[in-house]
Amino acid sequence: MKSNWWKVIAVVFVLYTIIGGLLLEVPRLRILHETIRNLYFHVTMWFGMMIILTVSVIYSIKTLLGGKTENDIVANEAANIGILMGFIGIATGSIWARFTWGTWWVIDTKLNGAAITLLIYLAYVVLRGAMDDREKRARICAVYNIFAYVMLIVFLMILPRMTDSLHPGNGGNPGFGGYDLNSNMRMVFYPAIIGWTLLGVWMMSLRVRLEKLNIALNKE
Amino acid sequence: MLKQLLLKELRTEFRQKFAINGIMLYLISSVFISYLSFKTIVHPATWNALFWIILLFSNVNAISKSFNNESRSGFLYIYSISSPQKILISKLLYNSILSLVISIIGLLSYLLFIGNIIQDISLFMLVLFLGSISLASTLTFTAAIASKTNNNFSLMAILSFPVIIPMLITIIKASKNAIDGLDWSISTNLIITLLALNIIVAALSYILFPYLWKD
Repeated sequence: MKSNWWKVIAVVFVLYTIIGGLLLEVPRLRILHETIRNLYFHVTMWFGMMIILTVSVIYSIKTLLGGKTENDIVANEAANIGILMGFIGIATGSIWARFTWGTWWVIDTKLNGAAITLLIYLAYVVLRGAMDDREKRARICAVYNIFAYVMLIVFLMILPRMTDSLHPGNGGNPGFGGYDLNSNMRMVFYPAIIGWTLLGVWMMSLRVRLEKLNIALNKE
Repeated sequence: MLKQLLLKELRTEFRQKFAINGIMLYLISSVFISYLSFKTIVHPATWNALFWIILLFSNVNAISKSFNNESRSGFLYIYSISSPQKILISKLLYNSILSLVISIIGLLSYLLFIGNIIQDISLFMLVLFLGSISLASTLTFTAAIASKTNNNFSLMAILSFPVIIPMLITIIKASKNAIDGLDWSISTNLIITLLALNIIVAALSYILFPYLWKD
């Protein structure tokens, strides 16, 4: 990843998301009014998190199949960035809930699932700190990462669709796709996803390089 | 081979007994302390929640020890004569049996001390059975992961609690329905969810265990 063009795209898209998201036209819906702008931040952050965590699990599978610890470093940093994005996703969702539902948090399948998923990944970070031997740590953490990703899919995608939920898109509520993503919301939505993801990848690549330098320094 | 491994686990347990005695002590003392504080509980939600909390912690205590007594030479011997999948299945079966024993004894002592308010005992037994097996399979997998590191017990608890919480929520809802005597059809969704979670965790541990075991 020596080139820089994608970093420029990341910055441009994120700025566009923030400025365009807050200034451009949005459709007016009942209850939501202007808060529908949060779609650009909350939903896109979760999309970005899914992409980054998918990258993490792919590198974990590569670690298990190949045995090279460099893949494990990437998997770990991707998981870290994914956790960060998950926290931001929950925070933006909570702010949105305050304005539309009147409360910061409800006891709801999707919200619980999101919180539990973050806890699972935080446990991954704890597991990582508990071992010193690099090869063993790579292998054990890769196993747990795969487990965590499958649980993520179950808790965020499968369980909420099966039960009643207050969250849009699950449990009988319509998602936003049908309403207004036909109109000019799409113009900010897709660049936002790309922008957040690329920003996450940039942060991840910096941390990977830092970790590799640390390892190289410690070896001497 | 599987049967031999399972018998070996059971035989080790009968010889040493420290695990089962420790658990019984833990279980009975928890129930007894609850009895001393509550005398009797008639509120269904409290009864239910306390029961499953006691059962959860007894299970965590019991299963955390399951991967501990693998000495170096014994482990090499077993590894050479059978596949890691069989080892996992034998541990899983043993832990499920252990968990079922804990739940039955827990239920009996709980009924004895705290009182019986269950209205639909058959649904409750089904939820107890499924719940114990789900807890056992999750805890076995996380115990396997934690046994490869140094600080065993707290790490296993940290690793397992996030996954156990949704399972436990489902179990508690279903057993609350059983206590209230509701119709089975209301709980079928919950039971299917529980079964599905159980199968997912068991299948994942089956696939991933060989990678854990290579040492």
